[in-house]
Amino acid sequence: MRHLRGVYTIWYRDVLRFLRDRPRILASMAQPLLFLFVFGTGLTPAMSGATNGALDFRQFMFPGVLCMAVLFTAIFSAISVVWDREFGFLKEVLVAPVSRTAVALGKVAGGASISMLQGLVVLVLAPIIGIRLDVGTIVEIIGLMLLLASVATSFGLVIAARQKTLEGFQMIMNFLLMPLFFLSGAFFPLRGVPWWMTWLSRIDPVTYGVDSMRGVALRHSVPPELLASLTLYPVAIDVAVMGVLAVAFIAPAVWLFGRQD
Amino acid sequence: MSAIEARKLVRRFGTFTAVDEVDFVVEAGEIFGFLGPNGAGKSTTIKLLCTMLKPTAGTAVVSGFDITRQPDRVRQSIGIIFQDPSLDDRLTGRENMRFHAMLYDVPRAAFVQRANELLAMVDLTDKANDLVRTYSGGMRRRLEIARGLLHQPKVLFLDEPTIGLDPQTRRHIWDYLTKLRRREGVTMFMTTHYMAEAEHCDRIAVIDHGKIVALDTPRNLKAMVGGDLITIRTSDNARTVTALIALHGIDIRATEDEALIIEIAQGDRFIPTMVDVLRAADPPIRIETISLSHPTLDDVFVKLTGHGIRTSEADTVQPLREMAQVWLGKKR
Repeated sequence: MRHLRGVYTIWYRDVLRFLRDRPRILASMAQPLLFLFVFGTGLTPAMSGATNGALDFRQFMFPGVLCMAVLFTAIFSAISVVWDREFGFLKEVLVAPVSRTAVALGKVAGGASISMLQGLVVLVLAPIIGIRLDVGTIVEIIGLMLLLASVATSFGLVIAARQKTLEGFQMIMNFLLMPLFFLSGAFFPLRGVPWWMTWLSRIDPVTYGVDSMRGVALRHSVPPELLASLTLYPVAIDVAVMGVLAVAFIAPAVWLFGRQD
Repeated sequence: MSAIEARKLVRRFGTFTAVDEVDFVVEAGEIFGFLGPNGAGKSTTIKLLCTMLKPTAGTAVVSGFDITRQPDRVRQSIGIIFQDPSLDDRLTGRENMRFHAMLYDVPRAAFVQRANELLAMVDLTDKANDLVRTYSGGMRRRLEIARGLLHQPKVLFLDEPTIGLDPQTRRHIWDYLTKLRRREGVTMFMTTHYMAEAEHCDRIAVIDHGKIVALDTPRNLKAMVGGDLITIRTSDNARTVTALIALHGIDIRATEDEALIIEIAQGDRFIPTMVDVLRAADPPIRIETISLSHPTLDDVFVKLTGHGIRTSEADTVQPLREMAQVWLGKKR
C-alpha cells in the first residue's frame, strides 16, 4: 500500500507538470507537423512512383512520427531525473518514507503516461492526412504508445539513474536517440536495405514500436496486401518483444535507483 | 526520551573519515547546533541521521527508531530542511506542500488545515497559489520550512538553514524557527557555520575533522575561553586600580590610551558592584566610559581547533563558485 502510494505520487507530479505546461504541448506539435507536411509532402511524389500511387507517403510516415513524439517525450521525462537531482528536488523524494523501487516505478508510469498524452496530441493530425481510425484502433494505439514509452522511459532511467549532471545529455541525443530513431524504419521501409542495416534495425527496440504502430494505425487506410509488405512482423510479435524489453530495462532501472550510498 | 542519540557513529569515504566515532544526545524539545567549518563532517552527520547515508560503523536512534534497522520509521518521524533548495519550482507553493503530504501519507482533510496553518505561519498565504519559480530566496526557504513540518515530525533537521540569505531574511527565518519551537515543541538539530546563529541554540557541539571537540551551552563554551572584558576610563586610573584590586581576584591591565581592561567571569554582574565601589571612594572616582565585551563563539572555535572557521570564504566565494560550476555544466 505504501509502495503504491509512492508510485502514484511520483506519477501524479509528472502528469501535473505536463498538463501545466500547455505552451510546450502545443510547441511539441511543430516537429511532427514539419515532418508530415514538409518532409512527407516533399517525398510523396518520389515515393508514390515506387508503389504506383497506391501509397500516400505521409500515411506511411505517420506511425513513425507518432513513435517519435512518444520516444522523445519518454527519454526527456527520464532525463528529468538528472534535472531534479541538479536542482535538488530529487532529495525531497529520496528522503521520504517511500521506497526507491516505488520512485523508479512511479517515474516509469509518469513517463509512459505523458508520452502517451503527447502521442495523443499528434494522433489528432491523423484524419488530416486521410488515416481512418475507429475507437478500437485508437485504444490499441494508446496501448502501443504506453508500451513503447515504458521501454523508452526505463531505458532512459538506466542512463539517468547515476548521472549527476546534464552535460552528457547532448551526447546521448546525438549518438543514441537519433540512430535508434533512424534505424527504426520510421521514415523508410526496411525492406530491401543492406544487410547491416537490417541487423541494426533488428536490435533497435524502436523498430518494434514503429512496426506495430504501422500495422495497427494504417489498418483501415492501406490495402491489406500493401500493409503486409510495409510491416516486418505480426503485431503480436512486436508487442511480445517490447514487453520483454520493458521488463529487461525496468529491472536494472529499479536496481540502479535503489542503490543507497 | 531523548530525541537523538548517536552512538559511536562512523562514516568513511574510501580512506577519508568524515565522521569519526561521534557520540551525543539531543533532548526532546531542544535546539541543538552542530558548529564547524566546511568539510568538518556536519552535513555527513545530518545525512547519516536522516538515513540518506548508511554509517560505516556505529548507529543512532532518532525519535526512538534505529537509523540502520528502521530507516522508514525514522523518515516518517523527521522533517528535513536541506542546505540547497529542494522545491519543484514549476509547481505552486501549495502543490509542493500537497506533494509532500502525499509522500508522507498525510490524509487529505488534515492536509488542508495543516497546510493553511503552516503557510500562514511563514507568511506565504497570499503566495501559496503562485509558481515557486516566482518566489524570492527567503520565500523558498520559508516554504521549505513549512513543508518540512507538514507531517508533524518530532525532529526537524536543518542543514545550514540560512546559507546564502541576506541578514534581514536570516533574522526572519530565526523568528519563525523560535515561534515554531514555542508552538509545536519540535526538537531541532541544525548545522551552521554562522557563529551568530549558533547563539540561538540551547546547546552546541563543535565538530572539527569529524570529531566532536566540545559540547555545551553557548554560555559555558564561551566561559571556557576566559572571562568578559570590561574597558573603563576614569578620572583617576591609579586610585581605581587600588580600589578594585581590594575587591577580589581581578585581572586588571592598563592600555596605552589611558583605559583600563578588566577580565572577569561575569562582567555584566560585576559592573554594578564596580560602579558602587568607585562612587563610594573618597573622593568619589568619576567614570567616563564603560564598555563590556563577551568572548564570542569565534574565540571558542579558535581556542578549540587552533584555526578560525573561515566564514568569510564560505559566505561569499563558495556560492559563486558553485553557481559558476552549474552554469558551466562542470561536475561538482
